[in-house]
Amino acid sequence: MLEIRIHGRGGQGNVVAAYLLAAAVVDAGLYGQAFPAFGAERRGAPVAAFVRVARDTVRRRCQIDRPHIVVVQDPTLLKSPATLAGLEEGGCVLVNSARAEAIPAPAGYGARWASLPATRIAEETVGRPMPNSALLGALLALTGLCPLAALEQALEERFPPDTAARNKRAVRAAAERVPEHAWRRVVDARGL
Amino acid sequence: MRAAFEGSQAIARAVARCRPQVVAAYPITPQTHIVEGIAKLVADGEADCEVVSVESEFAAASVVLGAAVAGSRAYTATASQGVLLMAEVLYNIAGMRVPLVLTCANRAVSAPINIWNDHQDAMAVRDAGWIQLFCTDNQEAVDTTIQAFRITQETELPVMVCVDGFILTHLFEPVDLPSQEQIDMFLPPYRFSRTLDPRRPLTLGTLVGPEHYTEVRAQLHGDLEAAAEAILKADADWADLVGRRAGGLIKSDGPHTARIGVLTLGSVYGTLQEAARELVPDTPLRLMALRCFRPFPAEALRAAVDGLTDLVVLERAIGPGMGGILATEVRAALAGLRDAPRVHGAVAGLGGRDIPLDILPRLLALADAAEPVRCSVIDLQKMPPARLGADR
Repeated sequence: MLEIRIHGRGGQGNVVAAYLLAAAVVDAGLYGQAFPAFGAERRGAPVAAFVRVARDTVRRRCQIDRPHIVVVQDPTLLKSPATLAGLEEGGCVLVNSARAEAIPAPAGYGARWASLPATRIAEETVGRPMPNSALLGALLALTGLCPLAALEQALEERFPPDTAARNKRAVRAAAERVPEHAWRRVVDARGL
Repeated sequence: MRAAFEGSQAIARAVARCRPQVVAAYPITPQTHIVEGIAKLVADGEADCEVVSVESEFAAASVVLGAAVAGSRAYTATASQGVLLMAEVLYNIAGMRVPLVLTCANRAVSAPINIWNDHQDAMAVRDAGWIQLFCTDNQEAVDTTIQAFRITQETELPVMVCVDGFILTHLFEPVDLPSQEQIDMFLPPYRFSRTLDPRRPLTLGTLVGPEHYTEVRAQLHGDLEAAAEAILKADADWADLVGRRAGGLIKSDGPHTARIGVLTLGSVYGTLQEAARELVPDTPLRLMALRCFRPFPAEALRAAVDGLTDLVVLERAIGPGMGGILATEVRAALAGLRDAPRVHGAVAGLGGRDIPLDILPRLLALADAAEPVRCSVIDLQKMPPARLGADR
């Protein structure tokens, strides 16, 4: 079982990102579970959402305290110790650098750290500063967790055609900016 | 069709396929997505039903009460303060013996205000005369919702389907959504024996004096107890049709040789199952989820705890001044039973407090106590290291 925690701010589509990722892995034949952290839901407040991916049904309903992958939708959240808290040894971090080219990896992370300007990509493709679909595209490219086509199908199921098409452009643009399958071993190690 | 849904959307689709004719509800977190989902299915032409916008939960319950006695299959959903605002009508619905289905997206009760999950709302109306069924996952929520429409019709007792707010309502996972054909085979068209009709005038909920009131109330108690048969039959028939059960009266998992058991309500059951496998694989344990809280299945419980020396009752509600509500009822149900297990009360997960896997060793530590533990608020106790260390 692979556990992913997504950090963002209220209004950034954090829960939608978690649902889309779970829908994509389910479309690809895996089990996926996604749910929001139970906390304040105010716009702009730090929020989190969780995704579990496994071959078989997962029955636990607890929050994810020790994620294998953390996705950060807003780089200012890196100032909070809660964002990377509990990251498993060898765990990976994907950070939206907003409009800057990248946020450099802190000491010790090396290739386990990836960063891309997902907000800028979203502005250019989706037309709104919503980094979630771009980050999911990058995450799938890095991990090979499921094909990008499964995420595209999940977008088509959730959104009207025009919105889905623009988010699919964000997915593709972001996927091209990260090293393909650089984090494959994390997924392999979880039996996926 | 197996597909991934948010729990609320899976429930909304299941309700729509039960062909309700009237749905009335007032939005309250975390129930809102369910009725929004039903309203959207109706607006999109995928369901044919009257959706009534109301100004309060009191009105919502009153509208579905009126609709049901006028001959319509009716449905509502609520949570927390909404349940409390409905309370007067809930007693009337049960007292008038009106078939209705209500989804309770279980949530804490104010004050202090808290929008997250516990079971205090359902517990507050446990004596209203409703059947109350608790679901451990979203598949059970879907299946129990469908079964509830049949149970309520057969028993003329209202059914509250309790689904953990957020934990299940906002959980996105794969669910097998039964087809319209399957549900139509299972659920006959709505019929109510005392439909209000000007050609056949009758009164429901009339004044009953001291000479008959006791008889009416005792009959409600007896009929609610007898409803266990209809609940079991609905689950068995459903299993014949779709190949899976939704939990009968009480679900049980674990070896017959187990001497320690844990009984709970709702979605924490799955967490306990995985905790047992991962954290204490060498400890034989019997895990139980009470699906049917009302009627309280005392006989089934007595059978389910056979062979146990210790039973820990884990619940997400508290009766201030008493302690655990479920634990108190379990003790009453087991009173006088030969070789009854010692019952330990544990409260956790109030107001959305996460219940992690390592709750299980902490629950098992209660069974080591010299005297039965009346009520331990687990989240406030320091971790007892002994048993956790032994198995890890």
